[in-house]
Amino acid sequence: MRYDISILIIGLLAVLTTASTVAAILSARAPKPLSSTLVNLTQRINSWWVMVAMMTVAFFFGRYGMTILFALISFAALREFVTLTHTRRSDHWVLLGMFGIIIPFQYWLVWTAWYGLFVIFIPVYCFLLMPAITALHGDTERFLERIAAQQWAVMIAVYCVSHVPALLTLDVPGFEGRTLLLIAFLIIVVQGSDVLQYIFGKLFGKHRFSPNVSPSKTWEGLIGGLVSASLLGALLSFVTPFSPLQAAAVAFVACSMGFLGGLVASAIKRDQGVKDWGHLIEGHGGMMDRTDSLVFAAPVFFHIVRYFWTV
Amino acid sequence: MNRLSLKTFTLLQTVTSVGLSALAWMVTGVRPIWSGSLPSDRQRIYFANHTSHGDFILLSACLSERERAITHAVAAGEYWGKSRLRRFIAQDMLSSVLINRQWTKPEENPIEIMLSVLDQGHSLILFPEGTRNMTEEPLLAFRSGLYNLSMARPQVELIPCWIENMSRVLPKGQFLPVPLLCRVVFGAPVAVGAGEERRAFLERAHATLLALNPRPERDD
Repeated sequence: MRYDISILIIGLLAVLTTASTVAAILSARAPKPLSSTLVNLTQRINSWWVMVAMMTVAFFFGRYGMTILFALISFAALREFVTLTHTRRSDHWVLLGMFGIIIPFQYWLVWTAWYGLFVIFIPVYCFLLMPAITALHGDTERFLERIAAQQWAVMIAVYCVSHVPALLTLDVPGFEGRTLLLIAFLIIVVQGSDVLQYIFGKLFGKHRFSPNVSPSKTWEGLIGGLVSASLLGALLSFVTPFSPLQAAAVAFVACSMGFLGGLVASAIKRDQGVKDWGHLIEGHGGMMDRTDSLVFAAPVFFHIVRYFWTV
Repeated sequence: MNRLSLKTFTLLQTVTSVGLSALAWMVTGVRPIWSGSLPSDRQRIYFANHTSHGDFILLSACLSERERAITHAVAAGEYWGKSRLRRFIAQDMLSSVLINRQWTKPEENPIEIMLSVLDQGHSLILFPEGTRNMTEEPLLAFRSGLYNLSMARPQVELIPCWIENMSRVLPKGQFLPVPLLCRVVFGAPVAVGAGEERRAFLERAHATLLALNPRPERDD
């Protein structure tokens, strides 16, 4: 375990150091004032240092660290999501419940590894009870829109995100005590895929994937990102219960879901007339801007591992 | 007022202001948008829309430590002066300036009290609607204080500040805040024009503040 983690951390440090060095050289050579792309690139890399540091700290606190970190990520993501939606005064108690009851309870279910309730609490019980509470308040103005947005908010920001720390509850034979590495694998390939798509897009991007939804996504970025992220997955198979080929396939599925997550998040932002979800992470936007891909990848990755690798 | 030293923040006030700013950030992620003015320790009257008790905390969280130490919110004496505890919170912890809207004695004249603060070189946070807005209207009509202060001390900048989303964070009659992202938009300074009448000026200041709302369709 210690050996695996050391290699991962050294690898991440090497990548970040390279990225910072390249950005510094590019900035030194570029004409002043620097283009917004270069400024943004440096901000993004600096934020990556902070994010990697925070993940590493949480990693060393094990289950406690991961559960608390992702509960906080859910809080930040839910806050961004709800801010963008239409709310009315009569929604106050439902909204309070989303932050004050649903987040803690869902993460308590993760903590106690109560799988049966973990998978249905939000999609069944919250799905039925939240609109019931709204109806009991008697305010029918834009009713369907409000309850649908609330449902979406908790599904995305709480339910999907909570599947990341839920990986720790899986019982993979021969992989006991190492499930933290599944989280590391998922985050590195999915976020790596985002970065690789960005790099391939910036270097070779010509054909837009979906100009109506997200002008920055290109076919070149998508294919280059997915292929290289799958290779990255195969390379990291030594920290997983997967063979290299399996790791590449799992990484491919997770990163494809991640791409779709980014696409859906872009469509929501378009619809609401905003560029970013928030401003929490310098250079990246809000928490949802950084986690949109992870949100779509996590539940699918969780169920693939659970179905094929647990007893 | 008289119990309050306006010289600098006491330790209690510094701790309170840092603590409340941190709390405001945790709940609302509050962030200033400087749109027409810039942070400055020039003497100013920040005037803002008022829907909740959290408004001035959000606004002062957007100011620097230095500016905060010389900026005082104007609060209703009828409410905050009622008990010793409230008076302690308002004056000793938050260093607010209390004014009575139903004043009788000459030393209670709100304008005189506010001018005496300005004359010590300090800044004010003022809610010209005069009360928390509990209606469906986005912004109530302004009371005259803003005009009177500006006429008496024309060198003090009047900065309009739109506090976004606080009515959603703490709707009327609610006690617990819903965490939602808030911004405070600081607009360009407003000044009384040569020969401009009270009513005309107040309406212009009102319209200027209302125009700062970045997402008017969000309010219901």
